[in-house]
Formats: sequence, structure tokens, C-alpha cells
Amino acid sequence: MRSKGAAIPYVVWMALFVVAPLVLVVIYACTSRDGTPTADHFSVMLQYAAVFGRSFWLAFIATLVCILLGYPMAYILARERGRLRNMATMLIMLPMWMNFLLRTYSWVFLLERNGFFNTLLSSIGLPKLDIISTSGAVVLGMVYNFLPFMVLPIFSVIEKIDGRVIEAAQDLGASSAQVFRRVIFPLSLPGVLSGVTMVFIPSVSTFVISRLLGGGKKLLLGDLIEMQFLGSAYNPHLGSAISLVMMVIVLVSIGLMNRFGEGEGEAVLL
Amino acid sequence: MKKFLALLLTLILGTGLLSGCVSSRPTEESDASEGDASASGGVVNVYNWGEYIDESVLTDFEEATGIHVNYQMYDSNETMYGKIAGGGADYDVVIPSDYMISRMIAEDMLEPLNFDNIPNFADIDPALLNPAYDPENLYSVPYMWGLLGVIYNTTLVDEADTGSWDLMWNEKYADDIVIFDNSRDTIGIALKRLGYSYNTTDEAQIKEAVDLLIQQKPLIQAYVMDDIFGKMEGGNAAIGTYYYGDFLTMLENNPDLAFYIPEEGTNIYVDAMCILKGAKNKENAEAFINYMCSTEAGLKNCEAIWYSTPLLSVREELDPEVSGDVYAYPDESIMAQCESYAGLPQATLDLYDSEWTRLKSAS
Repeated sequence: MRSKGAAIPYVVWMALFVVAPLVLVVIYACTSRDGTPTADHFSVMLQYAAVFGRSFWLAFIATLVCILLGYPMAYILARERGRLRNMATMLIMLPMWMNFLLRTYSWVFLLERNGFFNTLLSSIGLPKLDIISTSGAVVLGMVYNFLPFMVLPIFSVIEKIDGRVIEAAQDLGASSAQVFRRVIFPLSLPGVLSGVTMVFIPSVSTFVISRLLGGGKKLLLGDLIEMQFLGSAYNPHLGSAISLVMMVIVLVSIGLMNRFGEGEGEAVLL
Repeated sequence: MKKFLALLLTLILGTGLLSGCVSSRPTEESDASEGDASASGGVVNVYNWGEYIDESVLTDFEEATGIHVNYQMYDSNETMYGKIAGGGADYDVVIPSDYMISRMIAEDMLEPLNFDNIPNFADIDPALLNPAYDPENLYSVPYMWGLLGVIYNTTLVDEADTGSWDLMWNEKYADDIVIFDNSRDTIGIALKRLGYSYNTTDEAQIKEAVDLLIQQKPLIQAYVMDDIFGKMEGGNAAIGTYYYGDFLTMLENNPDLAFYIPEEGTNIYVDAMCILKGAKNKENAEAFINYMCSTEAGLKNCEAIWYSTPLLSVREELDPEVSGDVYAYPDESIMAQCESYAGLPQATLDLYDSEWTRLKSAS
């Protein structure tokens, strides 16, 4: 009974700030401007299929790059001991103490046509890179901002793998490649799944990164939704409908991923 | 432990994502809905464009009246409208542009002003009174006005290519062009280039304009609002379109920039101070509007942002070089090329919204 009482504030919080807004989103999505029920928003959405495609594709690439960069980083880090490890963890966390928007803005200044990188390149006689306002810049922004969310869960899982399991594998004659492939990697999968969720979901719904680094040209789902509420195409009903569809797609893909990683632990639902 | 870590990270990420959308003066409490204040005179919640005031004027106002100013900024009329229409905001004074004022009047979002509390209104240029967007002049007091035009970098753009809106479609400057990130201005530019009125309600004309913009999209480096300052000042883009007052600000930081009014015609706009329906601090809001119309505040603002002032006394005080500037205070021949935005019927506004989404989602 006691534990139930302690849960009340959380239940109230969830009801107010999670359930109620969700209900509002559903109501908005299924009504038109004058309040009559309609499914028009969902049929209109077909014309934005390209935006859905681009968002999921770019978020997929960003997640993939994060795994390729983040896994070795987490692995090396987890096997280090002492000061070096603390220092490295600290360095990974450090950028997150700064505001997300500021960090993205600083990338704009680095990547601009006459920005830091291009000034540097041309001063040593190399040709300039035209990367601002491209999909590449958007992916770079996603990877930069979300990489720590891939590294840290993998790190914390690998760190806790029992050293005796690895020793046992070695005693039974496994090579170091086999130890990694048959023991360490399967045991670290829950961390990877958490990391994938924590990188993929913010990537697929971001709007600041694509606005700033993509020049507002590579419209993503987040931009499309933001436009309907605060942007230049005011239609909260359509915005809600798009949000709803996006949530369902994300939910389904996480469901599939958990299925795939069954028995290895579950991805953390954000 | 893993879950705890994940939760912690989520929180960090969440705060990062949520903050940053609103800027406020660093010394201020940014919460506009706050009703009480330490100062005796109460508060006034002001929602203005970014880079659109000399902020020392706010301090002067607080000292003169004891009214505390909560000041927040937006970057386009549409953002401001969305925030207020969404119902979450609680502002007293807003400073929208002409066409947005007429939309807000039509949707009953503005409160008629009590001009007895705004004696400085007498100083407003009579040419700007009873405008089309507020025919009886019940709801608005002009704040600043000016012309829209093309800004280009003389070191990157061939002089021979300038003169019309065609420059914005010139393939020679692919990836070097920036244009507005709002539907009314951007679609307006295409309408003008096609020789139509800004205020057309003809669906075919508006769609034709958006088709022209979709055709232009591969040449565009970015859709921008105030980001244009960095783009043009740093030479990161060669061609852009913005307001003359802002061009003067950019020119201070990059002397290679130049400005012209396209021969097809351009937009003359007025941004005016209004009070929102049901504002809690209406009298303070009127005191604020009155203060902004004082010669002292008007002069400070004018010299900080370089827009054209509607205040006659300020115009007299200005450097003759500024008040004699033909683009800042245009003569008849330039005025003849200008058209202002009028309010559009709801059906056309809906069309603008869906056509704008069509442009932005095109690949």
C-alpha cells in the first residue's frame, strides 16, 4: 500500500503531461479547423511521403554512423581503467553541458562558405568544401549532437560484462576475434539497442538541425510539423496528424527492433 | 543503472531541445505570463521582432514609469501568429506587419486602443494614418516602415545582372542566393516577378508563383529570416532579399554590399504596435506604445535599427544624410513602384499555407 501512495505524484504527472497531450494530439488530428471530425489530414499526408522518406533515411544513416563510430569508442573506453577513462567520459559529456541550439549554430559558422573550415582549407591552398545546406551537413549535425547517446549506453553495458565470462571463453580456446563475436558483442547488444533508440528518435524528429545546417531546403518531418504550429503554414490539425503517424511508425520500428533483439534485453523506450 | 542513465540522458536532451526557441534579455525573467513584478508600476509583456529595438529604450521606459518590461522576440509574423493563435501566450503588446494586423483584426484578436493614453500619436506622419490594414486606425500605431529590396555582394555579382527580380533566378549564382523563410514575402516575390499583385486571390496565379519558386529551389542556398545577417555580412551568400533598414546594418559590417529596388516593383511595409484582445495590462501597454512614440525613444531605435521612422519629430532630428536617403524616405517615383500587403481572405490564406508546404517539401 505504501508504495502505491508514493506513486501518486508520478501518475498525476504522467496523466497531465503525457496522456492528456497525447489525447489532444489525437483529437486535433481527427478534426478539421471548425471542429468537425475528418480523416482528410491523413489522406493529404500522402503528398509528404518524400519528407517521411527523407527523414527516416537521414536518421537511419546518422544512427548507422553513430554505431560505427560509437561502438569502438565505447569498447575501448570500457576496457581502459583509471584516469584516462574518466577523462574520456568527461570529454564525451562535456559538449552536452552546452545548449543544443548553440552547438548547432557553431557548426553553421564552421561549415559556412567562408566559415572556419573553408578559411583554413583555402589558407593552405586546398579547394573549398561546399557542405552547408546539404543532406551531408544535416547528418553531420545529427551525428555530432547524438553520438554521446550511442556511446554511453554501450559503454555502461560493456563495462559490466563479467570478466570471468571472457576468461572462460579464452580458456575454452576461443581466439580474441571469436571472443568478441561470440561473447562480448552479443552481451553488449542491449546497449546498442538503447543507443539506437536514443539516436534514431531525436534524429527522425529534429527540426533545428535541418533548418540551420540544411538551410531549410531539406525539409524533415520535424520541420513539417513545426511549420504547422509555429511556422509559416498554420494548421495545427495537420501538424497533429503528422505527429501521430510519425509516433506510430517509430513505435512499430522500436517494436520490431525489440523483437529482433529478444532475449538480449529491451531497447529503452524514450 | 542502465535505465537510470538513459533517463538522465533523456532529461539532458529534453532540456536542450526545449530551450533556445525563445530569446529574452539575459537579465530578465523570460516568463511572459508572470503577472506580478517587483516594480510598483506592474508589468507589460511585449512581443516584438528580433533585432528590432535599441534595448536601452526598455530600461529607459522602466526607469521613467516603474513598469517592468517582459520582452520576447519572434522571427516572422507567422511564428507570432501561431504562438498567439495557439492560446498559450499572454502578451500585451505585439508589433506585427500590416497584412498580419488586418488578419488579426478580422479574427478579433486585437483590442481597440485608447488614444487618450497615447498623446504622442500626434507625431505620426499623416501619410501613414488610416492605412488599408486598419482603415479607421482603431487598433494600431505605426512603429517602423520601409521597403523590401534585393541585397547583393558587389564582389561576387556582375552589376549587369542586377535591376530586377530575375537576379534571384539567375543560374550563374546557383547556391549563392538566399530568400525569405516565410510564405507571404517569398510567394510575393514570385508574384511580382510574374507581374501580378501581391494581393491576388486568384488560385492559378498563386500556384504559378509557387511553381516558379520550386523551379528556383535548386539555386537557393538557404531559406532565412534574421540568419541573413550572417549570410550576407560574411560573404557566405551573394544575393539575398531583405528590408532596407537591415541592409544599412549589414553595410556597416560589410562595405561590399549594395541594395536596389527591382524594376517590377516591391513591397512597402509598416510594422505597427497593437494590443492583444484581453490583454491584462492594457494601460501599461498604452503607456509603452506612447513611450515608443516619443522623440527620444524613436531616435534611439531609429539609429539602432535604421528602419524608416513614422515619427515626424525624429525625422527632423536625424542626420540629413539619413533623412535624405531615397530608399529610407522614398520620393514619389519610388513610391509608385511599391505595393503594400493587404489582408487576404481565409480561403487564400489556406492556399498560401498548403502551397508553402508544397514548396518547402519539394525536393
